[in-house]
Amino acid sequence: MLELGKYEGAILSSWGVTIALLAALVFVTWRRSVAVKRALETAEKRASDNG
Amino acid sequence: MSLWEFANPVKFMALSGKVLPWVIALAVLTLVPGMVWGFFFTPEAVNFGNSVKIIYIHVPSAMMAINIWAMMLVTSLIWIVRRHHVSVRAAKAAALIGVTMTVIALITGAIWGEPMWGTYWAWDPRLTSFLILFLFYLGYMALWAAIEDPDTAADLTSVLCIVGSVFALLSRYAVNFWNQGLHQGASLSVDKEEHVADVYYLPLLLCIAGFVLLFVALVLIRTRTELRLVRLHRLEIRERMKDA
Amino acid sequence: MIALLIRDMRLAMRAGGGFGLGLAFFLIVSTLVPFGVGPEAAILSRIAPGILWVGALLACLLSLDRIFQLDFEDGSLDLLATAPIPMEGTVAIKALAHWLVTGLPLTLAAPAFGALMNLQSPGHFWIFVTLLIGTPALSMIGAFGAALTVGLKRGGLLLSLLVLPLYIPTLIFGAEAATRGTAGLSALTPLLMMAGITAGSIALLPFAAAAALRINLR
Repeated sequence: MLELGKYEGAILSSWGVTIALLAALVFVTWRRSVAVKRALETAEKRASDNG
Repeated sequence: MSLWEFANPVKFMALSGKVLPWVIALAVLTLVPGMVWGFFFTPEAVNFGNSVKIIYIHVPSAMMAINIWAMMLVTSLIWIVRRHHVSVRAAKAAALIGVTMTVIALITGAIWGEPMWGTYWAWDPRLTSFLILFLFYLGYMALWAAIEDPDTAADLTSVLCIVGSVFALLSRYAVNFWNQGLHQGASLSVDKEEHVADVYYLPLLLCIAGFVLLFVALVLIRTRTELRLVRLHRLEIRERMKDA
Repeated sequence: MIALLIRDMRLAMRAGGGFGLGLAFFLIVSTLVPFGVGPEAAILSRIAPGILWVGALLACLLSLDRIFQLDFEDGSLDLLATAPIPMEGTVAIKALAHWLVTGLPLTLAAPAFGALMNLQSPGHFWIFVTLLIGTPALSMIGAFGAALTVGLKRGGLLLSLLVLPLYIPTLIFGAEAATRGTAGLSALTPLLMMAGITAGSIALLPFAAAAALRINLR
């Protein structure tokens, strides 16, 4: 493991916050994309069933 | 064949579906090595010690925060002038990414500021401008969330984005005037290459490229989601009309 | 147009709010601040111009949602939209009415309220001048925000969120000019900048606000 010295806290916390926020953003984007895709598919199906 | 063909949502969906996996792959291939390089394999800087490692996330996120707003301004203008649905949905899709970038820039800046300047927050022009930018993002997103009809929301948020841009720019100058220069700006700036030696500059470039590609990938996914939502909304209205 | 101005002002006064409410709010803010920061005269007189500016700005914000809301609900806004006056003119007149009912009284009262915060002698003049030049911009920017949110059920809170960031440049230059003037320094640069913002807002924002209104009336 590399030595971060006296700035260890600052470096780790800022990297941690960044990675956590980016991961949350990716997760939210992905989940919503899947949910909307599914909702649209069912709606399209219903629409075509009803003519 | 013109650029405007991709303003057609169907064409956009087809093309973006094909491109998306490549963009995601590229984003991962630049962002991960860039961050690993920056984090593990860079030396200490003379003035900053190891804290210089924060630059690899602070600078890219700060750049993205501003550039995403600029992109939203352009797409909003395109919507107002040419009424292309893809354009305004992309602006909406970008807003959340932009606000995340602004928050990352603010938080990493605060954490970095503590050991460097002995304070988490100073009312320095750059910090203040970013806080103001954050408020503008919030207002823009709140307006999108508040209006039900998608086309009305698109129009009104575009007007807000254009007027907001003017006032955001004014704020930038006002803030500069209000409290000048205790920021050691040059050391943080990528424009002034001479201040950043190659050992730091190359991984930083890779990280910036990674952030840009990540943004492109995310904005594509989110724009696709928004376009699907519009379609869903239309279908629901049609169904309700049939029931009535 | 003048008829519209008179009508708007009469309505604003009859609603009981208008003059009274904004001023009372401003007075309360000016009273609360010394409780918050302590009664030392030196501190108070230093922060007085800034506090008066923020107080006036918030008091201005209070009545913004009424610029278009009532007319939108009872349908008179639709009538105004089809009237021979251009929409931009309607917006400008309504902003002017808002300023006459809110901004102008605040401007006149501010030097007096300054006494509560130990405002020193050139300060009364400067706070009056800066507010006189700055508050029209606040009303105009507010009218734009009100036009954006007019169709919404609970637009009040959203309106504040949209309008307050837009107020930042005006506030910065206005408070800076007032502070410098009070301290006896040259206040010309921020004063001119603020006047520029006011002139620009009055010239351009009616178009943006009218566009937003047309979208909402669609």
